[in-house]
Amino acid sequence: MSRLVKSAFAVAALALAPLAANAADAIAPGVQQPTNWTAILMFVGFVLVTFGITFWAAKNTHSTKDFYAAGGGITGFQNGIAIAGDYMSAASFLGISALVYGSGYDGLIYSIGFLVGWPIIMFLMAEPLRNLGKFTFADVVSYRLQATPIRAMAASGTLVTVAFYLIAQMVGAGQLIELLFGLPYAYAVIGVGVLMIGYVTFGGMIATTWVQIIKACLLLFGATLISLLVLIQFGFDINAFIAKAIEVHPKHGAIMLPGAQVANPISAISLGMALMFGTAGLPHILMRFFTVKDAKEARKSVFWATTFIGYFYILTFIIGFGAIVLVSTNPAYLDAKGALLGGSNMPAIHLAHAVGGDAMKGFISAVAFATILAVVSGLTLSGASAVSHDLYASVFRRGQISDGSEVTVSRITTVVLGIFAIALGIAFQKVNVAFMVGLAFAVAASANFPVLLLSMLWRGLTTWGAFCGGFAGLISAVGLTILSPGIWVAIMGNPAGSAPFPYTSPAIFTIPLAFLVCYVVSLMDSSRGAAAERQAFDAQYVRSQTGIGAEGAAAH
Amino acid sequence: MDDSSVTRIQNNPAFTELVNTRKSFAWTLTILMLVIYFGYIALVAFAPSLIGVPIGGSVTWGLALGIAVILSAILLTGIYVWRANSSFDEMTRAIVATNASGARK
Repeated sequence: MSRLVKSAFAVAALALAPLAANAADAIAPGVQQPTNWTAILMFVGFVLVTFGITFWAAKNTHSTKDFYAAGGGITGFQNGIAIAGDYMSAASFLGISALVYGSGYDGLIYSIGFLVGWPIIMFLMAEPLRNLGKFTFADVVSYRLQATPIRAMAASGTLVTVAFYLIAQMVGAGQLIELLFGLPYAYAVIGVGVLMIGYVTFGGMIATTWVQIIKACLLLFGATLISLLVLIQFGFDINAFIAKAIEVHPKHGAIMLPGAQVANPISAISLGMALMFGTAGLPHILMRFFTVKDAKEARKSVFWATTFIGYFYILTFIIGFGAIVLVSTNPAYLDAKGALLGGSNMPAIHLAHAVGGDAMKGFISAVAFATILAVVSGLTLSGASAVSHDLYASVFRRGQISDGSEVTVSRITTVVLGIFAIALGIAFQKVNVAFMVGLAFAVAASANFPVLLLSMLWRGLTTWGAFCGGFAGLISAVGLTILSPGIWVAIMGNPAGSAPFPYTSPAIFTIPLAFLVCYVVSLMDSSRGAAAERQAFDAQYVRSQTGIGAEGAAAH
Repeated sequence: MDDSSVTRIQNNPAFTELVNTRKSFAWTLTILMLVIYFGYIALVAFAPSLIGVPIGGSVTWGLALGIAVILSAILLTGIYVWRANSSFDEMTRAIVATNASGARK
């Protein structure tokens, strides 16, 4: 049971972290590969181009609006690609294709879970979010509620989510780069940290968005090309392709069935909830809605993001099956025991080599590195905005701060967070990154999502309702995750089966809890402030529905 | 936005119509998506053997349903954007224009 739960958890996280449990396990024994010069040269090319863009972006980054929201000048289509880029981490690519390679159908179940949060964001959140917010989702929640407690709560939710996600990304980056490029772990982590600080500090959201767009295009291009090269070998006959995979896979027909990953219904549903609603509470994703000029562009961005992400997940399924057919049958990619060279996250990389030789493998490796860099940049920017915009400018200085000095504070925060991320990446080298990502999603779904949704849709929400509900979600999600087998047994070393909380993900309990606490505390709040907050809902509602008074694009 | 515009917009029947139409449309699509997704998860959790039933050749129901859930997510967002970017935006523009002319009076 605990092994099952652990693997289910690992798999969930795998798709979002660049690297996760099974990969971490596989990579840990030090299977550093020979230095891969093709990949390094291609990556250097990527860095040069993106630094050119950063240089250009830096010249256009003057105000807070430029720094946090790219001046509101990104189009819906561009933003859609950037959002898709935030979502298509190296793990979605390597992790899900590896999951398909190992267990077949389970990979599809997980990709679907990651996709279906997007329509919900579109129908319930994108528009009011864009109409009410400025730079962070805390802007929206504190629109009619008291700034100090609400921003403190929202910044806590943001920073906890970002910290767990960031640790996972940095550790994953180090392991992946060690593996793909043959560079030592610490160099890889420092390299990622320094490049990321460069992009974010100088280029802010403009550079971060363009880095993300370029990387997303490269990743979509690479994945499409590999898929086509695989399907060509079967003359695009899907039946023959799948039949061949079933024939050569050790599990044969079972790869077309749900496997061990989703055997427990409560865990399956809880995980589904965490994935679906966690997406709607990820601060670095929510922040992207403020980079477009109006609600119309925000809607377009969600549509394009959903389309590209859905397309991408269909490709990863083809890539996983392609690897079953072309990689698992080729002794050149296997060690003496028949296991994959370089660890279990390698099917996509080996498949790239199988269909396109060294150049293709180098290209895909470089794209994987670029992917990590882009995702880490977005995360750091959102963490920096929570500190400088929500905590420093709004709470500490009570809004009495010039635009220029807020940007300066953001830049300093970015550098500090970057150094912090490098230190965490090195300190947590041995930690199982899967739990970090699982925790990030559970926190986003339980702490950020309920408060954000209620603040926009429910008149009755008061400051104390939101404050208590947000913290109830945050604390219960972190607490139950620690008590779950993933940490209680696997990390803290307690005996198997002793975990007080037996399920993979706490979301099925903590999301309703957060909603309930928001509701009950708000109802009990009979203060004069609460009455004024309910009254202020009318003005907020009119703005959220019509966009009158909403932030526009920057003038330049 | 001053209180008088808020009241004026709220009392505008076009605003009520926009909000109610959009709300029922958005919640219909939301519930549809939740039913599709959690229906699929329920199938996986409670009737996994159905997933492996072939449709023809090696392609199974599970594969077809999975792809269908992905496509339905894209389709539903597309339907929403199409309607919002045409009719809802038009209604919003009319409300904003009425409000602006009301403010000048």
